[in-house]
Amino acid sequence: MTGRTVFRSMALTAALVLATALGAPGALAQGQKVLKFIPQADLRILDPITTTAYITRNHGYMIYDTLFATDAKFQVQPQMVDKYELSPDKLTYTFTLRDGLKFHDGAPVRSADCIASVERWAKRDALGQKLAEATESWKAVNDKTFQLKLKKPFPLTLEALAKPSSNVPFIMPERIAKTDASTNITEAIGSGPFKFVKEEWVPGSKVVYVKNTDYVPRKEPPSWAAGGKVVKVDRVEWIYIPDSATAAAAINAGEVDWWEQMPPDLIPVLAKNKDVKVENIDPLGSMGVLRFNFLFPPFNNQKMRQALLYVIDQNDYVLGIAGDVKNGHPCYSYFTCGTPLASEVGAGPMKGKRDFDKAKALIKEAGYKGEKIVIIDATDQPIVHSQSLLTAETLRKLGLNVEVQAGDWGTLITRRSSKEPIDKGGWSIFHTWLVGPDVTNPAVNFALRGSGDKAWFGWPTDTKLEELRDAWFAAGDAAASKKAADAVQARAFDFVPYVPTAQFILPTAYRTNLSGVIIAPVTFMWNVEKK
Amino acid sequence: MIRYILRRLLSTVVVMAVVAFVVFSLLYLTPGDPAAIIAGDIATDADIHRIHERLGLDDPFAVQFGRWVRALAHGDLGTSIFTNLPVTQLIGQRIEPTVSLTLCTLVVSIALALPLGVLAAAKAGTWLDRAVMAFSVLGFSVPVFVLAYILILTFSVHLDWLPVQGYRNFRDGAWEWLRHLILPSIALGTVYVALITRITRASMLDVLAQDYVRTAQAKGLAPGDVLIGHALKNAAVPVMTIIGIGVALLISGAIVTETVFALPGIGRLTVDAILRRDYPIIQGVTLLFSAVYVLVNLVVDLSYALFDPRITY
Repeated sequence: MTGRTVFRSMALTAALVLATALGAPGALAQGQKVLKFIPQADLRILDPITTTAYITRNHGYMIYDTLFATDAKFQVQPQMVDKYELSPDKLTYTFTLRDGLKFHDGAPVRSADCIASVERWAKRDALGQKLAEATESWKAVNDKTFQLKLKKPFPLTLEALAKPSSNVPFIMPERIAKTDASTNITEAIGSGPFKFVKEEWVPGSKVVYVKNTDYVPRKEPPSWAAGGKVVKVDRVEWIYIPDSATAAAAINAGEVDWWEQMPPDLIPVLAKNKDVKVENIDPLGSMGVLRFNFLFPPFNNQKMRQALLYVIDQNDYVLGIAGDVKNGHPCYSYFTCGTPLASEVGAGPMKGKRDFDKAKALIKEAGYKGEKIVIIDATDQPIVHSQSLLTAETLRKLGLNVEVQAGDWGTLITRRSSKEPIDKGGWSIFHTWLVGPDVTNPAVNFALRGSGDKAWFGWPTDTKLEELRDAWFAAGDAAASKKAADAVQARAFDFVPYVPTAQFILPTAYRTNLSGVIIAPVTFMWNVEKK
Repeated sequence: MIRYILRRLLSTVVVMAVVAFVVFSLLYLTPGDPAAIIAGDIATDADIHRIHERLGLDDPFAVQFGRWVRALAHGDLGTSIFTNLPVTQLIGQRIEPTVSLTLCTLVVSIALALPLGVLAAAKAGTWLDRAVMAFSVLGFSVPVFVLAYILILTFSVHLDWLPVQGYRNFRDGAWEWLRHLILPSIALGTVYVALITRITRASMLDVLAQDYVRTAQAKGLAPGDVLIGHALKNAAVPVMTIIGIGVALLISGAIVTETVFALPGIGRLTVDAILRRDYPIIQGVTLLFSAVYVLVNLVVDLSYALFDPRITY
């Protein structure tokens, strides 16, 4: 091979690379209003039923619609449904769909689509499963009208169909909704205000939606997930920027319009820019969670769990997670503070001056023998990491034998499913957080369950808590519901399935040329205008 | 030479087979469960178990490996566990930004480093040599991400000359494409410039002390002709070696650069896949990387013959 031949080969390779570049997708049309948005996470899974990931829920709200929706006053409002009736015996709901509902493939939304979608959702969602238990049958009367027949009255039927957070009962075409509830759907076709552009989806980088020009919004003003979903831009690009310093620079430079969730340490950086608005648009925020493993000592002992209630200082967790008292506050409730069922019933041990002597006395009564306590930590998740460090420090002050085992989030959520003892890779405590709408009542607050093997990781067993939860489901009116929820909470503060560590809000930042951002616990992109 | 190339290509297949087996085994042993990640935070044991069964993650090692090798033999790298998109499609989406970044960095680095190295050697012991070496030490010392943030703050946020992040396809316009690569290439290439500069200088100093260079100077050849025509050509073999090693360094360095500049390249695809235990992507990308490394080494070996006629294959 001569030198000339080698150079010719190199030139050919370069030409091939150039050809690859020339073959890439083209630019978008001129004059379009494009909303560029940095989401809180990367969209990896398109199916809002198989996963509870909030980014997939948000994607769901972009492209799907719901039969009912919850508004800012926690009231259920019809969304795709035009009108509905409940029979006098409270056993039959009849729903009629609005005119003009169409899927993105052009097919009309039919009763069969709604029934198949709700049935699939009910196989996965905890509240959906409760509804399914009470359901006798679903029946399509015609293409626009369908009926739900119940075995017994289920007062939360409409609340279930209007569930605002994961899993949301989104409506899909019947052929897609017939997919097994554990298998991810691969087609993203809904009847919502935006259409998903699958050809432009680059997982880990970019998600593109365009305005659904066929969408017929409701006439009412938007309020949380309810009301008119009027789209005021032509195209939305979700640009995933994993590095927060780069994301801050991008919004400062005007390359993106909106950053969904920013770490507190960057607030001062963006607050200096008069073209950027930093705001708390989430009225409910999120709740920090300290979860125990109930299978092994020492936290299989109720007194050990109660001891922590006397020493956990929620003010520290607010600062640790949110960086500033303005971005959070203590919430001594198992139900999201600011929602109807929140109260401080039974929360005495968590409030006021922290009492280490009382905690030590309880630990002594529990017969703690110095067993190792393993806190599994995810250093790539600041909310988890800060809580882990604070809890470890508090436990050390109590003289407990604590070890923080650091890893990433992927490792944490794998390890927490282990039911092995500590010396075989088990764990004692992990931390996470739940968004406000997921903790508003005993139906959706899955971390409160005491159903043993069927309960969330940690697997607490408490028949009393389960009985009180069932009693709450049977409560007929608002007053009875509140009383039953108080009873659940009182029992929870005694049994301590987990410790609520704080309520916090991670602020959003957007350029001042945006207006109409909806104040809600989920980021919605309709009604947002870009000048 | 053709027989040599064929033999080397054949050995590539063997290397890739070994890499495939080792990577698959390591992933099998690594803690982490994609089913738990797919199910999300609010999942139960039953949810995770269902996903496990669906993905065949409970099957024995031999069954899983056999299934993967069978698919590979048919040119199928598998499907991402999370996105349900074919791994080939995901790699295809990401290859252009990484190739563009690597090429731009290589071009910038070589264009800067070779003259600097030659100059430093020609003016050895002078202030110019010391300045080049100081720059070289600085280039080695500053981490890529620190330099990247400084560049972003200076040229994107304050001066508003270049974009902070993202990538544009070449097809969308050569200037837009280049604009999005300038800062990442400088950030990634600085270490590389330092490395090639030092090697070029050392190699040149060695050659400049040879008898034939003294002879050329004694014959009255112009200093430029001596430097470029006689010294540089003979100093090129170690420089080519380091450029080849540098390609490997660039690919691993690209992971940080792609993350900071939000470039949708292969590096970020790999890191994301590792963090969420998306096994098919990790296996596919590792195979691709191993093939690239082996082929780059082959090209470097062949290039030796260009510069040194004593080397034949």
